[in-house]
Amino acid sequence: MADRSARHPGARAEAVAAWLLALPALLLMWVMLLGPAVAVLLLSFTDWNLGEPEMGWAGIGNYLQLADDPVFWQSLRNTLIYVGVSVPMTVGLGLGAALLVESVGRGRAFYRAAYFLPVASTLLAMALVWEFMFHPTVGFVTQAFRAIGLPTTDWLQNPDTALLALAVIGIWQNLGLAMVLFVAGLQGIPRDLYEALAMDGADGAWERFRRVTWPMLGPALVFVVAIIAIRSFQVFDTVAVLTEGGPNKATEVLLHTMVQEGFRFLRTAYGAAITVVFLVFTLAITVAQTVLLDRRAHYG
Amino acid sequence: MADRLGLLLRHALLLGGAAVMLAPFVLMLSISLKPPGEIFAPEFRLLPLQWAAVENYTAAFTKVPLLRFLLNGFIVTFCIFVAQAVTALPMAYALAKLRWRGRDTAFLLVLAALLVPPQVPAIPLYIALWQLDLLNTYAAIILPSTISVFGIFLMRQFFRTVPDDLIAAARMDGLGEFAIVWRIMLPTAAPALAAFGCLSFIWNWNEFFWPYIAVQDEHLMTPPLGIAFFSNAEAGTNWGALMAAATVTTAPLAIAFLLASRAFVRGVTMTGIK
Amino acid sequence: MASVDLIGIGKRFGAVDVLRDVTLRIADGEFLAILGPSGCGKSTLLRILAGLEGADRGEVRLGAERVDRLPPKARNLAMVFQSYALYPYMTVRQNIALPLEMRRLSALQRLPLLGRLLPGTQLRRRAIAEDVAAAAEPLQLTHLLDRRPAQLSGGQRQRVALARAMVRHPAAFLMDEPLSNLDARLRTEARAEIMALRQRLGATMLYVTHDQAEAMAMADRIAVMQGGRVLQLAPPQELYDEPASLEVARFVGSPPMNAIPARIGADGRIEAAGVSLPWRSGAAPGTPVTFGVRAEALVPAAQGLPARVERLERLGAEALLHCALPGSGAALVVRLDTAEAGAHPPGTTLRLMPARAVIFDAEGKRLPATRQQGAVTASSEPAYG
Repeated sequence: MADRSARHPGARAEAVAAWLLALPALLLMWVMLLGPAVAVLLLSFTDWNLGEPEMGWAGIGNYLQLADDPVFWQSLRNTLIYVGVSVPMTVGLGLGAALLVESVGRGRAFYRAAYFLPVASTLLAMALVWEFMFHPTVGFVTQAFRAIGLPTTDWLQNPDTALLALAVIGIWQNLGLAMVLFVAGLQGIPRDLYEALAMDGADGAWERFRRVTWPMLGPALVFVVAIIAIRSFQVFDTVAVLTEGGPNKATEVLLHTMVQEGFRFLRTAYGAAITVVFLVFTLAITVAQTVLLDRRAHYG
Repeated sequence: MADRLGLLLRHALLLGGAAVMLAPFVLMLSISLKPPGEIFAPEFRLLPLQWAAVENYTAAFTKVPLLRFLLNGFIVTFCIFVAQAVTALPMAYALAKLRWRGRDTAFLLVLAALLVPPQVPAIPLYIALWQLDLLNTYAAIILPSTISVFGIFLMRQFFRTVPDDLIAAARMDGLGEFAIVWRIMLPTAAPALAAFGCLSFIWNWNEFFWPYIAVQDEHLMTPPLGIAFFSNAEAGTNWGALMAAATVTTAPLAIAFLLASRAFVRGVTMTGIK
Repeated sequence: MASVDLIGIGKRFGAVDVLRDVTLRIADGEFLAILGPSGCGKSTLLRILAGLEGADRGEVRLGAERVDRLPPKARNLAMVFQSYALYPYMTVRQNIALPLEMRRLSALQRLPLLGRLLPGTQLRRRAIAEDVAAAAEPLQLTHLLDRRPAQLSGGQRQRVALARAMVRHPAAFLMDEPLSNLDARLRTEARAEIMALRQRLGATMLYVTHDQAEAMAMADRIAVMQGGRVLQLAPPQELYDEPASLEVARFVGSPPMNAIPARIGADGRIEAAGVSLPWRSGAAPGTPVTFGVRAEALVPAAQGLPARVERLERLGAEALLHCALPGSGAALVVRLDTAEAGAHPPGTTLRLMPARAVIFDAEGKRLPATRQQGAVTASSEPAYG
């Protein structure tokens, strides 16, 4: 490759131009993203707190401390529960909505806009509205539960329900994203597959879904799950403004713990270690996605 | 007959879902029009008996510098998008269409950077900005977002679909590489760039995590930060004004979305292109 | 206008030799078609000439000047691409004007808005506008100048590509399958347009195509390429009548030339399908050869090659008889008048006499051969039975 490019007329000029064109982005990428990511990793092995003049090597001290820190474990467990609840719900509802939207002729644009609007709106403002939705007496959620005779509570202040309440907000926010991605996936399925299926004698809705839609949607499904999982892992806004990790650490999540440690208590190195844990989980999702896509996506 | 019933059922389900999805928006608007007494009335009414819109919206704009928040939001999102476009377009072109040693490595770096969630660099960036004495400035909010590896990736994928012949024709017509970026690739990429612009706008208008860390000064707050600040200050006492502020904050995005929902949705689905 | 010389061009892509020592000399004002199947290296050759690709070996000359090291824009060549490569967001007018702007305006003068204020810009822009109009007029594009490529039909886009190429009066035109995206009717029209353009400009043209009819109809000379080599370079009729090799014979003409397995008999005459034909070649008796006959050069006769009719294809003005030779089973196509064809229904056997023929040796190279007086006789050793 290099041999060839060295030979064609203007190859040198082309290479110089390419470097000049790429340079600003490459520099910024290192300064703003990759460099700091490496720095976080290095910091996590020190004992530095912001403002201290000296920085000492701590080895895996921070990680040992994390392993002993009940708040960290609580935070990790909460994050995993949050992801475990919101991902299947978001993906399932998103897929259902996509199938329904694609199956009706009229009103598609309206439904799509309605379901997607939460994705495009300011989550922080909407979180405050949800705070009101969860109001223990006049909130819509409370009233709905009461209407069908179920017990109610102060959802965001009850340690048993607070995390689930936040997950509901997360599902509400991301559902439209999943739906839109699924719609794109559905539209990518060639029509003639359904026609062939009909000619082969299977034309019921369930057969169509089981034999064509679901298998053809495989790659899209993996992709949507990964995107929603990564977004769910990054849950922070609702926690910061609605519960601040409470009540009693019931909604403490990784990013919130990281911000508390790293920026409020200025335990920089410790915050860096939490960041590294957060990064490892996010990378694991991507690796899982890649492996699954490699296995599943080769239908051509 | 069964078909019609099925269709009706599907519409009913979709409408029910849409009602749930839109309920918070309706509630927000409704509360922003009501006086405190009606907000906590046991019976929910869409429209107030006694209108308090003027009071609520006036309070929203006077108790906190809401207009300033909005202006900050526009300044920040605009600067970020311009910086992202100016850096991403040339790099994407170099990655997609030019032959140079180091291209594969550079693309690998882009892929690696894609895997880093935006919260990961926060601590080192904070330290660096603190050292440079830049915390609590516009620069502190804008700088970390000046590069969008996602944008580079998206535009590269798009540029790869531009036929090589078009670039060959441009070279034969006498264009240099820089002229090709600005005269050929940029206009060709307009739809993709618009889609990316929509996404960039959504993300950066809504971004809370980083401004929350980098900015304490009320006059530099972006809309999400501002409304969180307002909510803290009011501590749940003035729902009408808070919802008015929330409405105002959400409105630019919602309006932009309703006007350009195609571009938004295209932008989102482009994330799925391989 | 200028002559174009490609001398000893070689090019590898990885392990594949795309071009092996290709030499072509195109005279000033000549129309040369490069004909070959896809993957034969013809487009790469054109791109090397254009400067879009570099050669590993060899020289490229335009007129007296060696241009190998020059970038495309310095070569003063224009190219019409298979996809036309029109800038989609520019109007037809802007598309045609772009090469002129790049040549005649300085970088500053090209700046939007500001450039218009610089001295001389207006004057030059006006001159460009006139040239654009002059290029558009003969191609009937004047009324389309403000449209965008997406609003044009395939034929119109093709004409815009031509206009963009000719507007700057290049040293030579390079055309890379410019008609392959048009339907059959438009292709005929576009052919006429290119010929007219050529007449008017007297331009040197290199025309790459895989369609032999196109090459035959338009070119002064045709270079047949295969596997990165030029197999033969000759005027169209010569290529058709006297192909230098079996490969050329099979590629040029539709249907392709019949290739009949044969050998030199003891008397020096050609023997095939059990008969001895009145053709003679210098090769030694017993040598296996291939006897090549065009479909229209085979005529039903009292004596000649026995052929079993397998199927009849009526094409309107003419008919093709698909036959098989007994013994070898070699396929044979005979072009006949529709009326005559009816006399030979499938299943019957007829005898065919070659009116003209060429003879190739075992490697497919053409052998000198002469037609002789004399009758067809049974061959000394029957090839079948």
